[in-house]
Amino acid sequence: MKITVSGETKDVADGITVTELMEQEKVETPEYVSVSVNEEFISRGDFSSTKLKEGDTVEFLYFMGGGSAA
Amino acid sequence: MAFTNEQMERYSRHIILKEIGVKGQKKLLASKVLIIGAGGLGAPAALYLAAAGVGTIGIADADAVDLSNLQRQIIHSTADLGKPKVLSAQESMEAINPDVQVNTYQEFITSSNIMDLIRDYDFILDGTDNFPAKFLINDACVMAGKPFSHAGIIRFKGQLMTVIPGEGPCYRCVFKNPPPKDAVPTCRQAGVIGAMAGVIGCLQALEAIKYITGTGELLVGSLLTFDALTMEFHKIRLPKKDPDCAVCGEHPTITKLIDYEQAACDWKPGEKV
Repeated sequence: MKITVSGETKDVADGITVTELMEQEKVETPEYVSVSVNEEFISRGDFSSTKLKEGDTVEFLYFMGGGSAA
Repeated sequence: MAFTNEQMERYSRHIILKEIGVKGQKKLLASKVLIIGAGGLGAPAALYLAAAGVGTIGIADADAVDLSNLQRQIIHSTADLGKPKVLSAQESMEAINPDVQVNTYQEFITSSNIMDLIRDYDFILDGTDNFPAKFLINDACVMAGKPFSHAGIIRFKGQLMTVIPGEGPCYRCVFKNPPPKDAVPTCRQAGVIGAMAGVIGCLQALEAIKYITGTGELLVGSLLTFDALTMEFHKIRLPKKDPDCAVCGEHPTITKLIDYEQAACDWKPGEKV
């Protein structure tokens, strides 16, 4: 099935979970990445039980520091 | 307040823009922006905001200029090594534009000083490098109802979002809590390409200018990411404000500011963040 991941269309296995997608996409430090599906946040505890559907839009939101100590 | 001939000339490229004009330029001159962090992000933002004629610019940073800063913190020069960053930044801003009143705060932000720091400003720019500071700025701005620009950079990537309390999600709606110490790489550990600070810091300055002049659409409810390796910008539409957010939700559980502890880009043992 086709889903959109970070703005790109991807072909993934039917019923893939958020956790499996994160592994497949080699998401760094997945335990600190926020995830939205179709503009709704997914609770961290629900990553492994949330199955994606055809046409879903998934975004990974990464912590990013940078700048200056202040 | 009428413009002098010199101001008409200095700001002519703004004034000619129909979205800014004389009215917008007057708003800029009357506005007050606080930049927290005179580092990678704060440096380009401060220079462009000063050049743009933002009338009052506050700059907060406790550090002194270090040799490793100069690869990206273009508001400081080699001659400034060892000088407090806020003074070096003030000199650069005043040199660009004497119209600007620069207020310096040579201190780290904490739960006890941040409310006083942000009180008199219209817009806050988060140019800090560490998560305790980023969460502190978010929570304080939400509590005080102050709009701010959040940004982060690492390696060849950068991102930013604008928060207007009550109008869209806050930083905590998206990221909940700071990651544990050392769980997420910092610039010091992972590096950052210097020009990335320029790209993202300038985008923050643009958001401040747009907010002040009421121009265009802000990154409220969106997180804009930029990858320099692929040269791709990606605007992520964020979920709506989280009703369960600990600070801006319907029943906030955070009602007092928190000083988290954590390492950061320029953090050295024994230094407070």
